[in-house]
Amino acid sequence: MIRVNGLTKDYGARRAIDGLTFEAEQGEIIGFLGPNGAGKTTTMRILTAYMPPTEGQAIVAGYDVVEESLEVRRRVGYLPETVPLYPDMTVFDYLKFMADLRHLPDAEDRVDEVVEMVGLEDRINSYIGSLSKGMRQRVGLAQALLHRPQVLILDEPTIGLDPVQVVEVRNLIREIGKERTVLLSTHILSEAQQLCDRVLIINKGKIVAEDTPANLQLRLSGGERVLIRVRGDAVEAAQILNKVKGAQAIQAFPDGRIEFSFPPGQDIRGEVARALVQHGYDLLEMRPLQMSLEEIFLELTRAEQSA
Amino acid sequence: MRNIWTIAKREYFHYFATPIAYVVAFLLLLVVGIIFVLNIQYYSQNAMFGGGAPSPNIVTGPFVFLLILSVPALTMRLISDENRMGTLELLLTAPVTDWELVIGKWLGAFLFLLTVLALTLIYPLLLNFLVEPGIDKMLALSAYLGVILVAAALLALGTGISALFSNPIAAFFVTLAVFVLLWWLIGAPANVLNSGGELFSYLDMSAHFYDSLNQGVIKLTDVVYYLSLTLLGLFIGATAIEVRRWQ
Repeated sequence: MIRVNGLTKDYGARRAIDGLTFEAEQGEIIGFLGPNGAGKTTTMRILTAYMPPTEGQAIVAGYDVVEESLEVRRRVGYLPETVPLYPDMTVFDYLKFMADLRHLPDAEDRVDEVVEMVGLEDRINSYIGSLSKGMRQRVGLAQALLHRPQVLILDEPTIGLDPVQVVEVRNLIREIGKERTVLLSTHILSEAQQLCDRVLIINKGKIVAEDTPANLQLRLSGGERVLIRVRGDAVEAAQILNKVKGAQAIQAFPDGRIEFSFPPGQDIRGEVARALVQHGYDLLEMRPLQMSLEEIFLELTRAEQSA
Repeated sequence: MRNIWTIAKREYFHYFATPIAYVVAFLLLLVVGIIFVLNIQYYSQNAMFGGGAPSPNIVTGPFVFLLILSVPALTMRLISDENRMGTLELLLTAPVTDWELVIGKWLGAFLFLLTVLALTLIYPLLLNFLVEPGIDKMLALSAYLGVILVAAALLALGTGISALFSNPIAAFFVTLAVFVLLWWLIGAPANVLNSGGELFSYLDMSAHFYDSLNQGVIKLTDVVYYLSLTLLGLFIGATAIEVRRWQ
């Protein structure tokens, strides 16, 4: 559905994206993750045929974004970062206008359908200028869904929404992602974690990692990290852990928390528990610590900088 | 074609939702009306001295003059506003070509101006009752054709210039400057130069109207001149959008 090969874009002397290569299949939700200015929006603008790349090739829904840009645009739904709306039009008129530009035969019915999908039925005749930011975001999303696009490209789709709306929009994206290809960008890492089948981490125009959210965690944590909590002096308790074979990177905190790691395949949690109890400590809690995407992300971008 | 119409329709109705269009339409009709009344007074006072009868170009002449000032106000935001609001990204990622977009924008403004122009038809009709044996129909036709051609050219240039900017005010002043140049200044060297003056007088936008179309003379060169300017304006617009994509 999306095939990108060596995509590069220069703005004057500045290179915004540098040799991006990735693919996305039908029924896949791909997350584009990266700090502001990493090149997410630029990549999306190229994939939606808004601007041509300096080098490289992108095939979207079977068509080249430069050579067959109109074919691409017919098949792609796009929600840009700044939601493009006409404040002096009503929701209905705006969507009808876009439906007409896309030559939809059942324009008015389809407008009603997408309005219902994003839950704006009661504001359909309101002027867009009078809507809240979250509602505008949903009007933009409705616009992107109008023509049942094969590929949906969403730039920060949940930004500015309240928590309830965020959940609704995520469910909607998940639903759409079952049959179509969705590429979304976000800098909310938990969103990528929840929503995406695959995550591309992009920094300074380059892909620094590409994997499922779960695999990324596994790959980077380099073993399992465990948190335990004891009653009593954690610093003293940590001395006992030191003697347990395999325990590494032990950190003790004054509130009774201790963190440690063990190499993959050598589960020493049992030994640790026994050792602590034998020395008279009450073991209150023991659980695996997952490295969050936040940490993975910082890890990766830090590695990039030091390299 | 269908996209052009969709965009033109939106633009046309958009004018009726903006105060600037009403101001422009109101001023055009008011000033043209005042000049019309003054002319009628003047001619009726001089009729006994054999002053002749007024012709329909007492309407079209002032109308065209006012276009120089009002067209920049109508076209300034056509594309610059889409730039500013980010909606250009919406239109350029929809299956619409750059040309369709520019022509649609221009057509919307053109239809709006035609609507205002249609309202001025009341004056020649009135005049037809006032003078004996009625007005010169061919002159009226030619003069109105002239206004339509001038309007098409000015609106196209304004649309094209609007595509160069993200700020409507900037687009307004540049458009006005270009109109002043083409309407009043460019013909001036023709009076001073001994040779090569023909080029400047050919480029003079006002001469093609006042000296022929507004006098009831339809010449192919004048029609071609205005249509070429229209095309040039639309070309500037489409190119500006294309260039913006590459930046």
